[in-house]
Formats: sequence, structure tokens, C-alpha cells
Amino acid sequence: MTDWNLFFDGWIIAIAATCAVACTLPGCFLVLRRMSLMGDAISHAVLPGIAVGFLLSGSRSNGIMFAGAIIAGFFTAFFSQWLRRFGRVDEGAAMGVVFTTLFALGLLLIVQGADSVDLDPSCVLYGALELAPLDLVTLPFTGGLRVPRAFMMLMIVLLVNLVILISLFKTFRIAAFDPSQAAAQRMRPDLAHHLLMAMTAITTVAAFEAVGSIIVVAMIVVPAVIARLFVHRLGSMLLVAAMVGVAAAAAGHYTAVELPHLVGYGSVPTSGMIAVIGGLMLLASIMVNPRQGVIPRFLRRWRFRMQTTREDLLALAWRLEERGTAPTATILSQDLMSARRVSRLETRWSLRRLVDAGAFESQGETLRLSDSGRRDARDLVRSHRLWEAWLTRTIGLAPDHVHDTAMRLEHVTDEAMRERLASETGAPEEDPHGRSIPD
Amino acid sequence: MSTQRDIDWNALLEVLVLANWNTRVVVLGVTALGIAGGVVGTFMLLRRRALLGDALSHATLPGIVLAFLVASALGIGGKSHGILLLGALVSGTLGIFAVHWLTSSGRLSEDSALGVVLSTFFGAGAALLGLAQQESSASAAGLETFIYGKTASMLVRDAILIGATSIATVGCCVVFFKELRLICFDPDFARGHGMRTGGYDFLLMSLVMAVVVVGLQAVGLVLVIAILVIPAAAARFWTNMTGRMLLTSGFIGGLGGWLGTMLSALAPGLPAGAMVVLALGGIFLVSLLLGRRRGLLRRIIRLRRRALLMERDHALRAIWECLEQSGTHDCLGSHIGFRRGWATFRTAKRLQHAGLLVVEAVEGGDERISFTPSGEREAASVVRRHRLWEHYLMRRADFDEQHVDRGADDLEHLLPIDLLEELEKELDADTRAMLPSPHSLHPDGPGGGGS
Repeated sequence: MTDWNLFFDGWIIAIAATCAVACTLPGCFLVLRRMSLMGDAISHAVLPGIAVGFLLSGSRSNGIMFAGAIIAGFFTAFFSQWLRRFGRVDEGAAMGVVFTTLFALGLLLIVQGADSVDLDPSCVLYGALELAPLDLVTLPFTGGLRVPRAFMMLMIVLLVNLVILISLFKTFRIAAFDPSQAAAQRMRPDLAHHLLMAMTAITTVAAFEAVGSIIVVAMIVVPAVIARLFVHRLGSMLLVAAMVGVAAAAAGHYTAVELPHLVGYGSVPTSGMIAVIGGLMLLASIMVNPRQGVIPRFLRRWRFRMQTTREDLLALAWRLEERGTAPTATILSQDLMSARRVSRLETRWSLRRLVDAGAFESQGETLRLSDSGRRDARDLVRSHRLWEAWLTRTIGLAPDHVHDTAMRLEHVTDEAMRERLASETGAPEEDPHGRSIPD
Repeated sequence: MSTQRDIDWNALLEVLVLANWNTRVVVLGVTALGIAGGVVGTFMLLRRRALLGDALSHATLPGIVLAFLVASALGIGGKSHGILLLGALVSGTLGIFAVHWLTSSGRLSEDSALGVVLSTFFGAGAALLGLAQQESSASAAGLETFIYGKTASMLVRDAILIGATSIATVGCCVVFFKELRLICFDPDFARGHGMRTGGYDFLLMSLVMAVVVVGLQAVGLVLVIAILVIPAAAARFWTNMTGRMLLTSGFIGGLGGWLGTMLSALAPGLPAGAMVVLALGGIFLVSLLLGRRRGLLRRIIRLRRRALLMERDHALRAIWECLEQSGTHDCLGSHIGFRRGWATFRTAKRLQHAGLLVVEAVEGGDERISFTPSGEREAASVVRRHRLWEHYLMRRADFDEQHVDRGADDLEHLLPIDLLEELEKELDADTRAMLPSPHSLHPDGPGGGGS
């Protein structure tokens, strides 16, 4: 176990969480407008701005550097949009051209100035979240309350983003989903777009200066994507994304500190782990989300399959009794396995469940249908034979082609549908194969 | 100053003839990489997946670091290049599959999937790098060259690896050109014809993978993206044909690689990777401005030419209609309103220079305008074309009188002249005679000539 320090670890999580929430606000809109990689592009492209600011001033944390980064960020956002609109360059390619060129320019400037100044380009990528709590500033109007500079800066950006979003929420919403509709209603979708670009640039620059670009790239895309899997309203999407961001920040820092100890190492960069946790949260969301999740879908399919097997067994037993044969577990499972692809294990297990549920009464080898079991079985057989009758009479299928279709349809037919089928087919006594239809 | 220049010339010569063994290796290696990147990037751009290289190159980082950790744990030595590149290959491939799995069945949109994979893998890489630095700070520092590249210290075997990979990659693109083009433009059609699009898609991804992995050590993780994206985006300005675009893009990639490494060899403190990308960026900018197909200059000229043509037609028609109404041979400039608009006045001056109009100043600051014989012929054909469209629109498209003038304005300049013959047939019009205007002419002619 590590020694947790409430001051340090508390501030690290607070800074990371603020950063995450600040990023999710523009992030949701970027994801909706299919520009998820804008954060990535801007966070790489700010390098020359930083380098110029750094070379001009010679120190690491000051306004000139920040201004340089903001300018480079704005340039990336607007120039890549301009390339797309007027140069007719594919959106992704436009971003790729701009940010790689700017990044190269930044590297060149840093190498050129390497003799006079010391700036490590890797600080751009990973940031120094672990050191952020050391750099304190005194908040005005609070009687000398001291907070980390990074926290204050990110808080300001977060508030600015919130204010912009709340005051123009309607415009943003309609511009995200239907820009032409927005234009038709005189809602200025271009204003929303430009503001979004500006928000993205400022947030990216502020965040990466404080905590490195990995968190920015991750928190712009991942929480929004996760939120989108669960909710379908913009307001809730923003809320869920913000919560996901906070959770990822806390869990990321925790695992960055604790996880490496399990394999005998010291802690690893929190920013990297936050991104990893974000990715894992998305993976989990894709697996479990109730609507399209992989696991719920699998369970639904599995449940339906099991139900089908049980119903087929019941109907088989009814047919055996109709022919005067006493159904046994062996006969039933053999019959079912020859009728459709089903494993012995699955059949046995389904039979067991039917016995447990009281649909069968076991008398030695024989499995006799109980009253409730017989009722269900009769309904199924009735559905099956009515469907056969309907398919031959109304659709005009040949009698030897209707069995398989009826096998499938009988499992999704309820009482009302059965009666409707009966009246449509004139309540026949017999199905097309000459067997009587039970009632 | 002069001595410095002498040294520069010597150095320049030395670089240009590739006298230095090291320079030769680097230049050839990076040029080959540029060609391969340009060729593969073309298909990626057309497939609308330009930034897949972005996600992919970031996704190689955890593999590199993990390979380093495993190698040093096994005592093979973390610097062994083959192992690191194998790690990059494995985690990059994992990244491709992750993107594919996330986008299949419409779970996420393409860009979101790229962003998610990029950030997760790169985050894992950064975290693992933290471990590697604890392991042995000195040799882990070498790993960072994968992020920023270390072109200058390229070895012969690196160059050979890059060259061989590039040849194989370009060869694959040539052999499977048809199939790759098909999955770029119409994957559904390809599927409909029984083509295994998934397989070719995977081939394309593998080619990108190959370029990224060999490019990593040359120009680094971020800048290898440029080699995949920029040449293709620049080539798009020059041609509309896939085959030609492939050649152009390969050429641009190679040129950028050559130019960049040359420049970096000329002076100290110019990192080769960055110089290659900046060279490519420069070529992109030139293509954006001058490109033959989509270049800005070309498009501006085309638009300007069309605008001038429209102004000319409008002015001719205004004057012709004015004369038609008054039944005279000349009219006053103020009468057709060309004093009102600068554009019309300028147009009239141009027509005078072209020998279509005669403009004489009269008292009161006005002008007297008349046609020269060739001007009259030209104006008559312009007016006739306009009226043919007007009649057509009224008869076939149910335009009413008030709107038909504008409708014809839109059509007469955009649709090809050959259509006129069909129009005449359609309207049973005499092929020579002037038609009457279907609507009443405004006393001032149709506006200030322009509207």
C-alpha cells in the first residue's frame, strides 16, 4: 500500500476531474459533429506556439507561452475548417496536414533553441500532473486561500465553457444535429461552430498546459462516446459525460498509484492511466449497456433460445401423447435433436427445468404432462397447426413447406393472435396434414 | 560572411552528390519511406480514413514499451530493434482490430473510434513508459526517439529495412490497384460482385501498418502521420484520376523526403524528421494554391472568368433590348443605367475595347452607345439564347412571366451551348430569327445590366 496524502492526491484528483469536465463540454459536441479528433490535432499543434512563447520569454509558465499556444490552437481549428470548406480537403486529412506540419515546426523551433533554453517536448504530451499541486497561487477575495494554479486555470475554463453553453444552449443543440435547420431558423449555426472551435482550442491549451495532452484527447472523446451509448438526450449526455470524466479521473489516479505496486514498481503517470481507465470504461459500457450492449444482447438471445427449447419439448410431448406414446426423457431429447440443432446438455437441462416448474410429472421413466403443462403445450400445438393452415390457405404455400415456418412462428404467437388466425382461416378442424387442431 | 558562404557551398555540394555515406543512407531511406507513405496514403484518403494512421501510430507505443520491458526482463537488452518493432507491430495490429470492432455494426462513428483507440493506447504507452523509466532510466530514454524520431542516426540496416518495406508496399498497391480502388469508391458494389472487401481492407490496413512501423524510427510517432496524410492530400489538388493521384502522391512523398533530409544535412540543428514534414507542408501549400484540378488560383480564375462572361452577356442584352424597344440605332448610357453600376460601366469599356460597342461622350456627362456590326451580331445571339431559355421555362417548367427572366439567367451561362440546338427543336423555333421576349421589358432594360 502507498501512503496517501490528502493534500497531494486530493488536489491531483480535483485537478484531473476539473480538466475532464471542462473537456467533456466541447467534447460532446465534437463527437456529435464527428470531429472527435480535433482535440488530438490541437494538442499536437500548439507546440510551435509554446516554443515561440518560450523562446521569447525564456521561462515555462507564463502568459506569453499560453498566448502562443492559444494562437496556434485557434489557427489549427480554423485553418483545418477553412481547408475543408474552401480547399475541399477531406475533414480528417485537413486536420492531419495542419497539425503534423505545426508539430514539426514546433520541434524544429525547440531544437533550434535547445542551446539557450531547456524545454522537453515530452512535457507537452504527458504534462506534469503529479507536480501541479506544488505550484500554488492565492485566490483573490477569499482571504488568502491558496489553490494550485492549474486548478484555478481549469476552473476558469470550465466556467467559461459552462457560461457559453448555457447561454447559447439552443443554438448549440440544433447546430449539432441539424445545421441547415438552424440556419433556416436564423439560429447562426456558424456562430455555434466557431464558438465550439474556440472553446476546444482554449480548453485544450489550458488543460494540456496543466496536465498534458493525453488527458485532453481522451476526455474529449471517451466520456461523450460512453454517454451516447446510454442516453439519447443532449442535456443528459452532457451530464453523464461529466460524471464519467470525474470517475475516470479518480479511478485513473488511484490505479496509477496502486496498480504498479502489485508488480513491484513505483507509481506511473496519472495522465496515462486516466486515458487507459477511460478506454476500459468504454469497453465495459459497450459490453453491458442495456440497449445495444454485447452482454445484454447475448443474454436476450440466450433466454429466447432456452424458452424455444422448452416450448418445443412441451409441444413434442403433447404430440407423442396424441399418438398414444408415453413421452420419456430419452425419446423427447432424441426427437428434439433430430428436429433442430440443439445440444444434449441443453435439452437435458431444459427438461429438468420443465420438471422443476411443474410442467411435467415424472413417473419413473415416463414424463407425463401436468395440467398446466398440457395447457401450454396445447396452445403451442394449436398455434403451430393454425399457422400451417393459414400459410397454406391464405398465402398458398404447399403443405409440405409450411412446417418449418410454423415451428418458428408458434413461439411468438399469443392468445389474441391465435384467435385471429382461427377466424381468418375459418376455424378449421384439421391442419393441412390432416391432424386435428386442438382448442 | 564570405568565408561562411564558401563553406556552405562546399557542404551543399557534398550533400547534393551524396558524398557522405551517412547522408546517402538517410536520404535514400527517407525518400523511399516518403514514396511508400504517399502511395498508401492515397488509398487511405480516398477511403476517407486519412487519420487512421494517427490512431495507428499512437497505438504502437504500448507495444514498443512492453517489448522493451519484456526484453530487458529476459536480459536480451531493450535496445534490440527487432523486438521493439515487433512490439509496435503487435500493438498496432491490436489497435486496428479495436478500431474495426468499434466501428463494425455501427457502434461508434469512425472518428470517435479513432479517438478512443488513440487515447487509450497512447495513455497505456505513457503509463508503461513510467514503468520503463523506473527499470533503467538510461536505456528507456532511447524509447522516446520513437516519439520524435532520430533520422540522423539512421543505420544502413534501418535504411535497408525501410527500402525493402517501401518496395513491398508500393508493389502491393500496384498489384492490387484495381481492388483497392474499388473498395475506396464503391465497397458495396465490390461486395455485390462477390469481392471479399474485408480482406482487401485488411490488406490496406496492413500496408499502413508497415509504413508506420518502419517510419517510427525514422521520423517518429507523430510525424509519420504526416507522411501518410500530406502527400495524398496535396496530390488531390493536381488530379482527379486515381492512378495519376497515386503517382503524384508517391512523387510528392519522395520529394518531401528527399528535400527534408537534404535540408537537414545542410545545417546543424535542423532535425530531419521535422524538416521532412515541413517540406511536405510546403509542397501542400504550393499544391493548394497552384494545383491544376482543385488549386485555389485555378478555381478563382475560373470563377472570375465566368463572372466576367456573365457581366458581358448582361450588358450586351441590356443594350440590345433598349435599342429594340426604342427602334433606334443608339441609346444613352443613362438610359440603360450603366452609370449606376461600376461593374456595368467597366464592362462597357471592355466591350468597347473588344470592338463590340461604340461609346461616345455627349453633353451632360452622358454617353451615346451603339453597336458595331460584330457587336450587334454577338448581342443578338446572346439575347436569342436568353429568350430561348425563357420560352422553354415557361412552356415546360411552368415558370410565370415575372420569374422567367431570372431563371433563364441562371441557365444560359451554366448549360453547354450545344443544348441550344435541342432547345430549338423542342420549341420548334426558327434557327435564325429572333424571338419576341415572353415578358414585357422594363423601360430601363433588365435592371442595371447585372440583375
